[in-house]
Amino acid sequence: MAKLPSLQELAKSSLPRFPGATLEGVGWMRTKPVFTPGSYCYPAKLETMQKLGMPNPHEWSPEDEDWNLPQGWEKIIHNAFADRLKKYRSLRLFMDICVRCGACADKCHFFLGTGDPKNMPVLRAELLRSVYRKDFTTAGRLLGKVGGSRALDPSVIKEWFSYFYQCTECRRCSLFCPYGIDTAEITMIARELLHEVGLGIHWIMDPVSNCNRTGNHLGIQPQAFKEIVEFLCEDIETITGINITPPFNEKGHEILFITPSGDVFAEPGIYTFMGYLMLFHELGLDYTLSTYASEGGNFGLFTSSEMMKKINAKMYAEAERLGVKWILGGECGHMWRVIHQYMDTVNGPAPKNMVTPVSPITGTKFDYASSTKMIHIAEFTADLIKHDKLNLKPSRNDHLTVTFHDSCNPARAMGMLEEPREVLRAVCNNFVEMPANTIREQTFCCGSGSGLNTEEIMELRMRAGLPRGNALRHVQLKHGVNAMACVCAIDRATLPPLADYWAPGVTVTGLHELVANALVMKGEIPRTMDLRQEDLEYPDEVPDDEAAENAAGSDDRGKAGQEVQDV
Amino acid sequence: MAFSLMMALSIAVIAGVGAGLGLEYFFGIVLPLAAVLVFIAGVVWRVIGWARAPVPFSIATTGGQQKSLPWIKPACLDAPYTSVGVIGRMVLEAVTFRSLFRNTAAEMRGEGDEPRLIYWSSKWLWAFGLLFHAAFFLVLFRHFRFFLEPVPFFIPWIENLDGLMQFGVPRFFMSDALLLAAVLFLLLRRLKDPKLRYISLPADYFPLFVLLGIIISGIALRYFAKSDVASIKVLTMGLVTLNPVLPEGVGTTFFVHLTFVSVLLIYLPFSKLMHMAGIFFSPTRNMPCNTRQYRHINPWNPPKKYRTYAEYEDEFREVMAEAGLPLEKQPEEEK
Repeated sequence: MAKLPSLQELAKSSLPRFPGATLEGVGWMRTKPVFTPGSYCYPAKLETMQKLGMPNPHEWSPEDEDWNLPQGWEKIIHNAFADRLKKYRSLRLFMDICVRCGACADKCHFFLGTGDPKNMPVLRAELLRSVYRKDFTTAGRLLGKVGGSRALDPSVIKEWFSYFYQCTECRRCSLFCPYGIDTAEITMIARELLHEVGLGIHWIMDPVSNCNRTGNHLGIQPQAFKEIVEFLCEDIETITGINITPPFNEKGHEILFITPSGDVFAEPGIYTFMGYLMLFHELGLDYTLSTYASEGGNFGLFTSSEMMKKINAKMYAEAERLGVKWILGGECGHMWRVIHQYMDTVNGPAPKNMVTPVSPITGTKFDYASSTKMIHIAEFTADLIKHDKLNLKPSRNDHLTVTFHDSCNPARAMGMLEEPREVLRAVCNNFVEMPANTIREQTFCCGSGSGLNTEEIMELRMRAGLPRGNALRHVQLKHGVNAMACVCAIDRATLPPLADYWAPGVTVTGLHELVANALVMKGEIPRTMDLRQEDLEYPDEVPDDEAAENAAGSDDRGKAGQEVQDV
Repeated sequence: MAFSLMMALSIAVIAGVGAGLGLEYFFGIVLPLAAVLVFIAGVVWRVIGWARAPVPFSIATTGGQQKSLPWIKPACLDAPYTSVGVIGRMVLEAVTFRSLFRNTAAEMRGEGDEPRLIYWSSKWLWAFGLLFHAAFFLVLFRHFRFFLEPVPFFIPWIENLDGLMQFGVPRFFMSDALLLAAVLFLLLRRLKDPKLRYISLPADYFPLFVLLGIIISGIALRYFAKSDVASIKVLTMGLVTLNPVLPEGVGTTFFVHLTFVSVLLIYLPFSKLMHMAGIFFSPTRNMPCNTRQYRHINPWNPPKKYRTYAEYEDEFREVMAEAGLPLEKQPEEEK
């Protein structure tokens, strides 16, 4: 990994600059993308693209002058663009109605962090729109550059590759746009066009290929998946003295639990995964895991709508095979974009054996998921807490001052804002919000979403994470925040380096890691360490005085919910 | 920008000279009628184009809390769950520019050694954008005095309200000044902000100059180069009733004004100004956030193609059996 610039250097070079600016406004067309190591994601392997049956797979490198585009690539792009214009009202409309008011410009974390004007959402869209005008509008054909149109040439393709992989499809711009123009939609379609001529990135296509074959992005095979989970169960036993043996691929259970595979595999996600298992065990939940559908995430979403559908199809297929009543989904961001806004449309209706989810513990019927038959674990746990079904000891998290990072998709493609906060307030006593315009529906991306969480572009990721990192630093200085909770597996992978860079000393944790730390389980040994096996600052008292312990527990409940609003 | 300005100025010159050369019939009757025709046909054509394109996915941008658990208060307007909520969101979007109201500005500032990104609320664009649209529609409504006979009762009301700040004759309409101020703001903003200047196309300046042309010629007509209002009304009523007449005493300024309006009408359907209709089609705003309760249908939903469990088990059967995972088919059965 290349050396990162200092904070000051990075901040200085994040100031906007406007190369080739002219009063006629198309100066940007004259600046061409430059590819140097660190500025681009590695291309997908030829073999991966072939295995997935992607069109026009070929060898190429961004640093080469010639990208080996297939014969007749202009025609391929034109036809693919025409096809999308027929299929998507959104695309047609977003190509037509932008007035370039610029409200989106400084809403984008990539623009704020790089200062590159082509990272303004409006200009990112113009990269595509300029070709749309030329190819699909009479005025654009006649007026040429004056009309803001330009012909396709290889440098346009290169520019698309550069900038549509500097967008994390976070939709923050779409919130501020007076017409709701959604750059995520434009980026998704632009990436589809690039895939048509055989251009994809390794960090997206490899997980897609793995997921297709082994059931998860990481390519973990079934026996290994089971082994890893069993290792985590050993850790749980060390910490709590409780032995858990989660069911795999078993038929006849009520619930299928699906979460991103990243949580099975890497720190700090594994602690969240342990949290799930502990919670389910404590509840006596009738569930099963699946190795076939062992991935909640869906990098197909970052490839094409068809790939998204293909990867997602396993969820309902497995729910049908196992005969479960409903699906419980783990903490993940883009996974929930797919489940909330796409799954029912692309792969629904849900199999006949499934019913509207009902919490077996509280009896709450989740009517709002009556068609998809899938709910988010934060919704499930918030309901448990509301009905006082968990014995919680938030003081175990007293060494933490926690803030909450809303992930883009649960925030702006779902609206799940309060549920995780309700859970947080119940499981830790010190919860502080980051500044108002960096959270909830206005949240900033971690900077590495939509398949950009790859090592080779680390500096770019730190730049894109500038607004988030800066907000975190702010509450670290002001309130002594030392932990950032999130409900997204990509966040759990990408925020630790971001925090190390922008706010050293802040750890990143999943929501259910904190839940499990606070969860008092039946028959557990007094807890002296947290799920990371670090000594608790406020360990449980050594037993024999259960009454006293219970009293402490109820006391904690009273204190929970105290919260500092930071505006 | 220069190109757009030249285009707009040449419109004024062509109309002025043309009318002076005795082409009044063209500029006073043929062009406006053609413009209205192009406008209507163009808008209908564009709207049909959008309406016919399918909406494959339900992709509302949620601007607030979803409707989920019964005790959590949902954001009825920002994450609308029902059609009523969606209509509310759309109306507020169209009438009050609600999304733009959120606007913030961000700036990087150093604080000692620490770089700090500062945000503040920035409502200028919202305020002047809203002012422009409101003043524009007010002025448009006032013009119905010229298109309807008898003049409807509400027009004098609007005029009274608009002319409250009366000093001199003819009565001064506030909307005229506000409209001019708003358009000038929108123009200066494009020129002053380097971000805006960088993204602005001739297609962004041109409508502003045409609007300026309409406003300036209109103000001139009313307050300076006073024209015979009665004969203008004869002309406009002739146009409205499709019974065109060309009365005497309609000055050159009027033809310039009318030509600018005609150009705007012709230009509008083929430009970004179609946002006025387009906003109502925007799927991130006009769709309900109830996608887990009601299935949205994609008319071109392709058939399912995925790796089935059977294929998966076929590849991994041996290792799965060894790991003690349940199987549909035992390894022995295979042989």
